[in-house]
Amino acid sequence: MTPLVEVKDLAKTFDVSAPWLNRVIDKQPRRYVHAVDGVSFSIERGRTLALVGESGCGKSTVARLLVGLYAPTQGTVQFDGQSTSAERPAAELRVLRRRMQMIFQDPYASLNPRWKVLDIVAEPLREHGLVPGADAMRTRVGELLRQVGLAEADCEKFPHQFSGGQRQRISIARALATSPEFLVCDEPTSALDVSVQAQVLNIMKDLQRRQGLTYLFISHNLAVVRHVADEVGVMYLGRLVEIGHKSEVFAQPRHPYTRMLLDAIPDIHMSGRSRTPVQGEVPNPLNPPSGCSFHPRCPHANARCSAERPALQTFKGVQIGVQVACHAVEEGRI
Amino acid sequence: MTSPLLEVKNLRVEFPTRRGTLLALDDISFDIAPGEILGVVGESGAGKSLTGAAIIGLLEPPGRIAGGEIRLAGQRIDNLPHEQMRALRGRRIGAIFQDPLTSLNPLYTIGRQLTETIQTHLPVSAAEARQRAIRLLQETGIPAAEQRIDQYPHQFSGGMRQRVVIALALAAEPQLIVADEPTTALDVSIQAQIISLLKRLCKNHGAAVMLVTHDMGVIAETCDRVAVLYAGRIAEIGPVADVIHRPSHPYTTGLMGSIPAMDEDRERLLQIDGAMPRLNAIPRGCAFNPRCPQVMDRCREERPDLMDAGATRAACWKVVPA
Repeated sequence: MTPLVEVKDLAKTFDVSAPWLNRVIDKQPRRYVHAVDGVSFSIERGRTLALVGESGCGKSTVARLLVGLYAPTQGTVQFDGQSTSAERPAAELRVLRRRMQMIFQDPYASLNPRWKVLDIVAEPLREHGLVPGADAMRTRVGELLRQVGLAEADCEKFPHQFSGGQRQRISIARALATSPEFLVCDEPTSALDVSVQAQVLNIMKDLQRRQGLTYLFISHNLAVVRHVADEVGVMYLGRLVEIGHKSEVFAQPRHPYTRMLLDAIPDIHMSGRSRTPVQGEVPNPLNPPSGCSFHPRCPHANARCSAERPALQTFKGVQIGVQVACHAVEEGRI
Repeated sequence: MTSPLLEVKNLRVEFPTRRGTLLALDDISFDIAPGEILGVVGESGAGKSLTGAAIIGLLEPPGRIAGGEIRLAGQRIDNLPHEQMRALRGRRIGAIFQDPLTSLNPLYTIGRQLTETIQTHLPVSAAEARQRAIRLLQETGIPAAEQRIDQYPHQFSGGMRQRVVIALALAAEPQLIVADEPTTALDVSIQAQIISLLKRLCKNHGAAVMLVTHDMGVIAETCDRVAVLYAGRIAEIGPVADVIHRPSHPYTTGLMGSIPAMDEDRERLLQIDGAMPRLNAIPRGCAFNPRCPQVMDRCREERPDLMDAGATRAACWKVVPA
């Protein structure tokens, strides 16, 4: 079975150079940030892949590359066997893009405050000309709102009349409007309180079960990821350092960074436990370390780690289906 | 038993508005013992930051303390004149805020901000203050403190800035530190470093901490006791382990159940339907009653006060022995 989404060697570079005049006066070269640097993964239909990592690791950029909000500098995204490259005819891409939608992090910023909920949820339907007539549109929007636990009467309200959790449900209803198969969720619950987060996560799981949706779920919260994901990819400075099935990655993390992340989460069930905090911070992505970008913080780093960049691969001794990018794992040192 | 360092009794904070007065904190009472770490949790709008602001005397007008009292080591501090409160803030109560970038002045070097704080509160010479500042930076784990002391905040990363803020809060050896979401703006790996640093330093300096956060995980591994706030009132207060594992208040139970856990698999999270009421629409009786799965008639009429419920104290009619 071909996966629904297949990403190969995806990269995105941003030009963050100073303005031309400053460059000339200060004799500075152009500067680039490699936000995403050679990421490959695939998502099976009906499954959830979660990408985790700290701020600046490139997880949101991957999300935006997938739905076409950014054009990749390099690499390909295949959706249901078809390329989503911007070089394809616009009409073909429109059809393809209707099948994937995105949910954004901040429900206060992603809904137009001057639009009624009806117009917000109906926008993708109008854009793609899916529902003819105002009455049919209203019925369809009402249906969508009920799916996410809101009422049809909410159509006539404005976003400010809703709480954060309800707004995020409106975003979900809007994303579901075109009956997509694939939803890219960029930190959908990190702006919400925990009790509201639980409501939204439950709705997302129910929708997946009922409609067979495929999710790419971006989050920095490992506990949330563990709850929603089937597969987990851990990113560090633009690259995947470990990817595999949730149960394996969480039960037996192989990459030192994954171990560190798991160690660092405060867990409510481990009252009084003292964590062993990792030293150091995420390096500046403008000037990433040589070799394995984690080596300055890694307790297992040696000369090879600082010189040679490890590739993401499977190893003997590592659970089936788990890929790790680490020399120490390859050499059996950890 | 030693006398508490901080006593808050029946604290009420209100905001007069054109459409009537909003009661943001209603009858909050708790103590903090010397050297103790008390966590204050709640969802946004529950009043947790406001509690901290009231204690350090930094309520934003038109917010005002409408009743109750706050005592620091027996001395009443909620009605102190502005100047005395200023002298006390920083000297006896230190504060750490969420965003380390906005709590540092971008135009002054770290050293100037530290020495200014030290010299304002302690009778030391400029040279001594600088030595002390360097020692503080070293203590908070800033490498090459002698050089970095002359740098500006923008030259520090987020985690390093928060270390500077902690150094500032500790500069005058305060007895109490009010930390308002000190790790919320930081990544998890940095968060762990900052939390253990805060814990260690407060222990070494003998400072008590009031830790305001929405993150139960942080509370669980940092605090001795925790107060759960809901709609401006304390729903439950008690030792951390008891509140987390044997909560008595249905809100606490719901809150704990809605947090995805790292060590168990659940198909669905426990969810509390609805949202916290707005301040202008607090329901009659118990503020939680419209969302409570165990609601009784009495909850809709009468407001429960904190009552003994095993190891914790909870404001719920369910805990009354029949």
